Amino acid sequence: MSDGHAHAEHFPGRTHMPPVHVEGVPGAPHAHHPKLQHHFDNMPQQAEASTLGMWVFLVTEIMFFGGLFMAYLIYRQANPEGFAEASHHLNVFWGALNTIVLIVSSLTMALGVRAAQTSAPPKTQVFWIVVTMMFGATFLGIKAIEYADKFRLNHVPGPNFHWEGQHAAAAQMFYSLYFCMTGLHAIHMIIGLGIMTVIATMAWKRQFDADYYTPVEVAGLYWHFVDIVWIFLFPLLYLIGGHFVE
Amino acid sequence: METLNYLNNGHGAASWLLTRDHKRIALLYLVSITAFFAIGGLFAFMIRLELLTPAGDVMTADTYNKMFTMHGVVMVFFFLIPSIPAVLGNFLIPIMIGAKDLAFPRVNLLSWYIYILGGAFTLVAALSGGVDTGWTFYTPYSTAAANSHVITAAMGVFITGFSSILTGLNFIVTVHRMRAPGLTWFRLPLFVWSMYATSLIFILGTPVIAITVLLVAAERGLHMGIFDPALGGDPILFQHLFWFYSHPAVYIMILPAMGVISEIVQAFTRKNIFGYSFVAFSSLAIAIIGFLVWGHHLFVSGQSVYAGLMFSLLSFMVAIPSAVKVFNWTATIYKGSVQLDSSMLYAFGFIGLFTIGGLTGLFLAAVGLDVHIHDTYFVIAHFHYIMVGGAIMGYMGGLHYWWPKMSGRMYSEGWAKLAAGLIFVGFNLTFFPQFILGYLGMPRRYHAYPPEFQVFNVASTLGATVLAVGYALPLVYFIHSIFYGEKAPADPWGAKGLEWEIPSPPPTENFVVTPIVTHGTHQYAPSKEVGIV
Repeated sequence: MSDGHAHAEHFPGRTHMPPVHVEGVPGAPHAHHPKLQHHFDNMPQQAEASTLGMWVFLVTEIMFFGGLFMAYLIYRQANPEGFAEASHHLNVFWGALNTIVLIVSSLTMALGVRAAQTSAPPKTQVFWIVVTMMFGATFLGIKAIEYADKFRLNHVPGPNFHWEGQHAAAAQMFYSLYFCMTGLHAIHMIIGLGIMTVIATMAWKRQFDADYYTPVEVAGLYWHFVDIVWIFLFPLLYLIGGHFVE
Repeated sequence: METLNYLNNGHGAASWLLTRDHKRIALLYLVSITAFFAIGGLFAFMIRLELLTPAGDVMTADTYNKMFTMHGVVMVFFFLIPSIPAVLGNFLIPIMIGAKDLAFPRVNLLSWYIYILGGAFTLVAALSGGVDTGWTFYTPYSTAAANSHVITAAMGVFITGFSSILTGLNFIVTVHRMRAPGLTWFRLPLFVWSMYATSLIFILGTPVIAITVLLVAAERGLHMGIFDPALGGDPILFQHLFWFYSHPAVYIMILPAMGVISEIVQAFTRKNIFGYSFVAFSSLAIAIIGFLVWGHHLFVSGQSVYAGLMFSLLSFMVAIPSAVKVFNWTATIYKGSVQLDSSMLYAFGFIGLFTIGGLTGLFLAAVGLDVHIHDTYFVIAHFHYIMVGGAIMGYMGGLHYWWPKMSGRMYSEGWAKLAAGLIFVGFNLTFFPQFILGYLGMPRRYHAYPPEFQVFNVASTLGATVLAVGYALPLVYFIHSIFYGEKAPADPWGAKGLEWEIPSPPPTENFVVTPIVTHGTHQYAPSKEVGIV
């Protein structure tokens, strides 16, 4: 297998090869990037592993939310009118505003990745990440207003659920799904804010430049994914009651 | 002075509990999985003790319900699913592909801690009174009726699921991005192929069971109505979501074992596998088709007859790639220089028992016949032939095959052969009578039964005792070998593959110099099959 010679790494098709070095051979040149972990051969391999890892993780997230979307699909198909009636009681204005907030936050996130990629000064990198976080916090604030409203109206599933309309059972099912789906989404937003705090701190410490920006990129992938989930949640939950007549 | 290897490179608890070395993490898993195997075995022992007599005399019906539930939960989620991937896969994948470690060593350690946390939840549920829903957590019983620790146990399953997800993610990225130069996909050992297929199920299936048990907990704890018919929910949806993961989970158990058997069969027949690419692709085929068969668990649950027919057809289809493997192993053994080492005995055991388990699976996949044997001991016997006769045989075979590499020591071959024999005899004595019991109509999950079934139940309990001795023996001689065993050479079996070219036990970094691979890893004989590399 191993031909025994101290070969240099040779990866056809890979560009940006670092200077040749061989582990464990005395006197071999050590041209490590300080961020290169010991088990990777070079920086591109490390970056590719991290981004692939995040993409695979996002696949698992799709399957995770997929179970809920499946439940939504089946119950809406079984109770189309009840779902429309329940959806009618959600506030489209807050939902639409939150959609805009998240889309803009995706833009600022992308600008944050761009800033790291182009070796922009740490201040610029931190600025875009903090702005992204502020949009994320705004989203959660609006969500809290909406939740409070539902608690006030007793639209929260459980023993105290109260419904004035015709389809009380279907409405309770709708709100069960509403709270599970948006709640799970909100938990992902909170985790995202935690990740962004770490990324902002790292950026402030001048850790990112054109040679090493994988953490920002990977965190960005996560952020965009959470946004996309909302892009599906908004029409499915808020907009199906438009034609409902009381 | 002893040469530096991964075992003596660092001492003390912290050097193990904070390690990022995939080999040490594999050993952490080995120890914890063995503990859960013993716990699950204890529950099984209680079940077999109760069934020794027709009357329910050892425990109440409620206690019995908790016993089989905890047996199922512990064995499925905390032993079988992590067994080969987390121990042998963790240890071997980086070495087999010529890498220094998995792509994400810290995530690897994290997944062990998540596993332990999930296990702690389950043990708390067990010690504080147990769960009685069956390992399947069927609604509405689990959400509306059960008066036991459902949420705690469900959280244990939920948490440990993330351990599986992270392990699968790590393996996929590692196989894609960490292969040594020259190690193309069709030069990979078949064990790596099967672990890759398993990882696909980990990442695509496990999140679905995670959200499903989360919804059960939400329905039970927060009165969110998702599955409860009283709230307009549909309990059948739970069954669909549950089996969407839990049937592929069976392939999580069996695919790694198949990978192990492919390696052992080649090593102890001195032949390259017959039809490498067929065996490799059959792993992927099992993983993919395995996602489309879950409905065969719902034939009598009120699922549409037409859906039942489709699921029946698809279930029959998954037998094809499984049979490809059995035929190819057999063809490999044919005219090989067969050596009956203990690992090979396990491989023979696997091939025979898996065949019986697979063929009886076809009985259950037939819509009409399933109505008769559904929820009887026939089902119990069938899936124990797959999970115990298949998955655990493969796990034991793999442990014996790679133990010299992992520990650097040789174990007693005589005792190992005795244990393999005891396990084979004990297993068949335990579970074959259950096929008959089931066909005669004994339902599963009851603590009492009519007296005419007693003779088969006594045989089954007797077999379980032999089986327990068979499983206890390796624990003794493996531990003995660590202290008194002969030092293992790099390649004690004359086997081929990158893992046999580095010292036993391997150095922490596996390879001092990244190897450059110029041919397939299986070079038992220069044959025409080498052409596929």
